[in-house]
Amino acid sequence: MYAYIAKRLLVAIPTLLIISIFVFLLQKLLPGDPVLAMAGEERDPEVIAYLREQYRLNDPVVYQYFYWLGDVLRGDLGTSLRTNQPVTELILQKLPVTIQLAVMAMIFAVLIGIPAGILAAVHKNTALDYLANLVALSGLSIPNFWLGIMLILLVSVHLGWLPASGYYPFFVDPLRSLKTMVMPAFVLSTPLAAMLMRHTRSSMLGVLRADYIRTARAKGLSERTVVIEHGLRNGLLPIITLSALLFGDLLAGAVLTEQIFTIPGFGKLIVDAVFNRDYAVVQGVVLCTAAAFILMNLLADILYVLLNPRMRASL
Amino acid sequence: MMPLTHALPVTHEETPGRRAWRKFKANKAALVGLCIILISALLALAAPILPIADPIATDWSAIRQPPSAAHWLGTDEIGRDLLSRLIWGAQASLMAGIFSVTIAVVIGVPIGLVSGYFGGWIDMLISRVTEAFLAMPFLITAIALAAFLGPSLSNAMIAIGLSAMPIFVRLTRGQVLSVKTEDYVEGARSIGLGNLAILRRYIVPNVFPPILVQATLTVATAIIAEASLSFLGLGQQPPNPSWGSMLNVAMNFMSQAPWMAVWPGAAIFLVVIGFNLVGDGLSDALDPRES
Repeated sequence: MYAYIAKRLLVAIPTLLIISIFVFLLQKLLPGDPVLAMAGEERDPEVIAYLREQYRLNDPVVYQYFYWLGDVLRGDLGTSLRTNQPVTELILQKLPVTIQLAVMAMIFAVLIGIPAGILAAVHKNTALDYLANLVALSGLSIPNFWLGIMLILLVSVHLGWLPASGYYPFFVDPLRSLKTMVMPAFVLSTPLAAMLMRHTRSSMLGVLRADYIRTARAKGLSERTVVIEHGLRNGLLPIITLSALLFGDLLAGAVLTEQIFTIPGFGKLIVDAVFNRDYAVVQGVVLCTAAAFILMNLLADILYVLLNPRMRASL
Repeated sequence: MMPLTHALPVTHEETPGRRAWRKFKANKAALVGLCIILISALLALAAPILPIADPIATDWSAIRQPPSAAHWLGTDEIGRDLLSRLIWGAQASLMAGIFSVTIAVVIGVPIGLVSGYFGGWIDMLISRVTEAFLAMPFLITAIALAAFLGPSLSNAMIAIGLSAMPIFVRLTRGQVLSVKTEDYVEGARSIGLGNLAILRRYIVPNVFPPILVQATLTVATAIIAEASLSFLGLGQQPPNPSWGSMLNVAMNFMSQAPWMAVWPGAAIFLVVIGFNLVGDGLSDALDPRES
């Protein structure tokens, strides 16, 4: 088992290195010379030369990459041009906000998607199944920033039930925090709930056709026991790993959701950075998201092995 | 030498293409999707000749008007006709969806073919790079690329296309790996056919169906991605209309002019559903396991 985890960790290293090259090269895509922009209007040749030396821009690009990578490995992602704060600090500040949003969205997605998928599978080809499929298709097709706007319009502007924006840290005021996060988390969860529903349905349909389910039914067990005790345990296995994989998607989805509900998280950080041309922050966020994504992939693989006795035995 | 295909037993079954079309036609949901796509494409193409208002002409005497006989869908914050902007906006959305997927397919499929067919170190290199790109969330990559390339519709399309490309590399590679060990490919090789001929005659036709399905579904994703980028200000630039940028503006007038936010979102929703329905329909129709 440990050997397997170690092997998966080793495979993740080249992936991370390639991503780091891409993220580093992004800044080379920028038109114009960054030093000229930093040197101000006078463009004093001495200042320019000094800046070039300071940022080691006279060295070959490969060297520059390794300097940058060395800094990144030491946890130094550079400094924000706008706030002068270290990028790592900024990210660490915003990350808990987005994690809270993502965790709540994940809970919604699981609570909606999995039961809906099971119901659709058990009642295959009935009105209930069609309805669940239609809702799932809508969930996958609806642009979630539009869903967010429509919900604000209905729930906040017309009904006045929930606040339209804002953020309160969970540990400071839990109730208020949950109240402000319910709507954004629901919006963020919709495509995920839809995907989970579709996968649960097809996974359960596969399981419910299996021989041991027929045996369980033949033994005279109630349909409820058959579906929940025998079917669900096996049908949910791929779903759990899928959920871990989708958690990474939530970080990306959060970009728009945070923008609409003005939540000061990770997503808002990258969007603001893009508009302020704060490229170190953009690079930092992309790198961290990719790392989180890879971590979740790793976790999904490990979970799969842990939960699947057959896989465990083969290791 | 006799071509290999002639050596196969001749049957009078319908061709795979016809069978797929027959199955597709029988799928009502897929047909609905196709109609949605065709109607929106027609409207987008006919925008210049339709009797609608100029999408960027402002009318200060008609700002933020609710839907009426003069303006069927109402007007925006500077009096522009929303119906007209919606129809012209369809051009940007559909174009972005189709062009970005074309970029992804045109670059991704050949790379996947090379990777899967030739194997070896080149396959390993391509696979590692593809994995790395797949590890980055699609929208984040697109935002980062669009930010560094500069905001414009064409850059948004490039950013979305490049971000979607790894999906096609991986899909094509996987398909090639499963097809290249088939007996008919081995047979073609044994009769001395060159790599290019084998790729063209035997591999590409077999990897085509799943790519078509994926491309259709990716158009849906790309349309949402373009709307997202335009919504963030990284896509279509004002005053040219796009559904995403219309939503961006509408957010500022939610309580005064809610209709401004309703139409562009509904349009994106509808077109994306259309592509998803067609994609699902194609997936069923082209699946050889389903009769």
